[in-house]
Amino acid sequence: MISDTVVELSRLQFAATALYHFLFVPLTLGLSFLLAIMESVYVMTGNEIYRQMTKFWGKLFGINFALGVATGITMEFQFGTNWSYYSQYVGDIFGTPLAIEGLMAFFLESTFVGLFFFGWERLSKVQHLTVTWLVALGSNFSALWILIANGWMQYPVGAEFNPETLRMELTSFAEVVFSPVAQVKFVHTVSAGYVTGACFVLGISAWYLLRGRHVAFAQRSFAIASAFGLAATLSVITLGDESGYELGHVQKVKLAAIEAMWETHPPPAPFTVVGFIDQQNMTTNHAIEIPWLMGLIATRSVTEPVTGLKDLAAEHEVRIRSGMQAYAALQQVRANPADVQARAKLVELQRDLGYGLLLKRRAPNVVDATDAQIAQTARDAIPPVAPLFWAFRIMVGCGVITLLTFVLALISASRRAIMRQRWLLKLAVITIPLPWIAAEMGWIVAELGRQPWTVAEVLPTWMSVSSLTVGDLIFSLTGFVLLYTALLVVEMYLMVKFARKGPSEPDAAPSHAIVIGADAPAEPAKA
Amino acid sequence: MSDLLSFLMSYETLRVIWWLFLGVLLIGFAIMDGFDLGVGALLPFVAKNDDERRVLLNTVGPTWEGNQVWFILGGGAIFAAFPLIYSAAFSGFFVALILVLFALILRPVGFDYRSKLPDPRWRALWDWCLFIGGFVPALVFGVAFGNLLQGVPFRYDDSLRVHYEGGFFGLLNPFGLLVGVVSLSLLVMHGAVFLRLKTVGELRERARRWHGLAALVFAASFVLAGIWLAFGIAGHRIVTFGGTAAASNPLAKQVVVEAGAWFANFRAAPLLWLIPAAALAAAAAAWRLAPRRPGFAFIASGSAVAATILTAAVAMFPFMMPSSLAPSHGLTVWDSTSSLLTLRWMFWMTLLFLPLIVLYTSWVFRVMRGPVTIEQVRGSDAHY
Repeated sequence: MISDTVVELSRLQFAATALYHFLFVPLTLGLSFLLAIMESVYVMTGNEIYRQMTKFWGKLFGINFALGVATGITMEFQFGTNWSYYSQYVGDIFGTPLAIEGLMAFFLESTFVGLFFFGWERLSKVQHLTVTWLVALGSNFSALWILIANGWMQYPVGAEFNPETLRMELTSFAEVVFSPVAQVKFVHTVSAGYVTGACFVLGISAWYLLRGRHVAFAQRSFAIASAFGLAATLSVITLGDESGYELGHVQKVKLAAIEAMWETHPPPAPFTVVGFIDQQNMTTNHAIEIPWLMGLIATRSVTEPVTGLKDLAAEHEVRIRSGMQAYAALQQVRANPADVQARAKLVELQRDLGYGLLLKRRAPNVVDATDAQIAQTARDAIPPVAPLFWAFRIMVGCGVITLLTFVLALISASRRAIMRQRWLLKLAVITIPLPWIAAEMGWIVAELGRQPWTVAEVLPTWMSVSSLTVGDLIFSLTGFVLLYTALLVVEMYLMVKFARKGPSEPDAAPSHAIVIGADAPAEPAKA
Repeated sequence: MSDLLSFLMSYETLRVIWWLFLGVLLIGFAIMDGFDLGVGALLPFVAKNDDERRVLLNTVGPTWEGNQVWFILGGGAIFAAFPLIYSAAFSGFFVALILVLFALILRPVGFDYRSKLPDPRWRALWDWCLFIGGFVPALVFGVAFGNLLQGVPFRYDDSLRVHYEGGFFGLLNPFGLLVGVVSLSLLVMHGAVFLRLKTVGELRERARRWHGLAALVFAASFVLAGIWLAFGIAGHRIVTFGGTAAASNPLAKQVVVEAGAWFANFRAAPLLWLIPAAALAAAAAAWRLAPRRPGFAFIASGSAVAATILTAAVAMFPFMMPSSLAPSHGLTVWDSTSSLLTLRWMFWMTLLFLPLIVLYTSWVFRVMRGPVTIEQVRGSDAHY
């Protein structure tokens, strides 16, 4: 029997290690591209200040990259250590994008990142620029394959169950790679990374400008970051993840949970801005709603309905009952592989087999589940609504403020008014943490919203764990949390220290300073 | 041509090819990341002051990051091609693998952060982390192999969930530890040869002494482990099974445990004895070549690494993860792979990307060629 404590601790460990890892990944994605852009400008114009920019932001990139790599090692192995039944049940499909990520992306990124730092004196300008672009390309490819893997967990396509091996097996590689959910996720997530990189550069540059330090350097960084950041933010918002929520049942449940949509509304459905969630009674109290908006966001139409959670739960019950029959047929096939009738039945009902497995937690034999157990399991298949509802709103809120900052920053930079608008510089500094908060919240929405499944409609989270003891998990979870927290503190300390210190070379000589804000004051004495 | 292709693309052939690919990746990891681990383990012994320690770190500084990806890719490839092994081995060796992960996590941070602050206590702390990050994985990988050869206490239930009956301390048995000494001394030897290639003067001399010591320990422990395996450890043999092209179901075979079974492949094809012989010969050649041709010595010690891993793999073939608890549940190359379609896709992907990886890695090593000296390290802000 699987221990609930082991399941909960395993989930906690995965969430903790993934959320820590995702503190570093977005900045790597965004900053690597910004470095490539800065260095391209350097190679094209020959202006030394852009080289200085690449080196300085590159140093901060390096501090972040080290922890991204360190926390990433865990992710590659954790499916095996803590989720061994998952690994065996879906490894045939899920392992493939992970391996290709290593072959195609992580190797590229990691091999060239060393040359990025060590190669300045050994490579020609163009060679070094190529290296920088390869690092950026590698980190983006990496995100692509990881999100293909993750997209498959949300919306499993191109695979079917094999009763001989008791696992899911690949039927179409192309369907997995070109899954619309995966593609939408990829664009949304890397764009969020670009926003993070841009906010980081924008905010730190603004901080220098507020103090009148490294003015020429910071103004250029500010300008590049504001343009890149605005484009990225628009991409995150317009190509929002929600467009992938129409596909697949679990995605629909997630969407309804995010919006606390208990009932199916006649289209177009209203959008609940805030309210008090009551999952027990399946209702939201004191809700403030905007008519039409939800229907528009979710279906991009005024006529299609958005299914509410109560109706979705009712669908679960039907699927669970069908899943019980699929499970019974599977047992017959296992006992007698020549049983043609049972085999045909299993093929017919195999898309409900996962719902049968969902019962295992309450009724280990599945086939003898009571009506009460089935009803309870159908409700369990609705993820916790309140955390999803609020995480989504925090994410969107952060996104809107970030968008505002970038719009104002780009207007200001193009009007060469940066130095006069101190309030805007302050706003840019305050905006720095928002993309991180949004990214972490986005992860919670995507992954908590997938519960109670590890692979939507295929494999329940509860079944996916390894046969470990509570002691094993206390050891590993405590170790990871302590180690990661210590490393995070060290990283933040170094990041702040080196950001405060500023570019190591003396500020660009006036001859270089083609100042963006022509009316910018001369650099005052160092504070 | 189409005959050749259909032979290559058959389930049976692809399973063997993937066994070889996995060997290539593990050997790639042991050669490329192995010298990084060896240098880490030698850090407190070869370098005596801060400048020297920085020289050591910078010999591997520009390349360790790419080298480590062999480990990550090895994990990913096992997941994709041998999901049953990925699942059983990593959850079975849970505590050991978590310890290795903790140790490896310290490395990226250690390399990158150590020299960012001048405080000697700060640097001493990271030096310890880098030592642990080299020493612990180098030892534990061998211990894991030593336990594979003895069989791992796991079994499957009828839903194919793997259960493990044995704790972490069970892994630390005498034979497991002996194989741990083999891998540790092997990688320390390899790291020392690398240092003889990349350093000058006093450091190079100290690396020479550690090279000699490590090579002797390696040769002795390797031979001793072989004798122990021949006389003290029973191997596994398949009696009946579903066939080399059957669906991957580890419960469809009968296995017996019998003395000398790990030598059956060597008895059937005596030419295979050349592999363990090559491990010892290559280690000896590395010692001979190191004074004048350190580049060739490095290739020789890399060959010793490859031959050592291959020796263990060939002894166990077709077993990959034998079970001591329920021998018939042991995992073999015939019943622990992915589906045919997945193996095919991964075959083409590997064929496409692995040569590219080797190509650009070689270019990076060429750009960074030449010894690292104290003067270089002191005079540059790019160095660790």
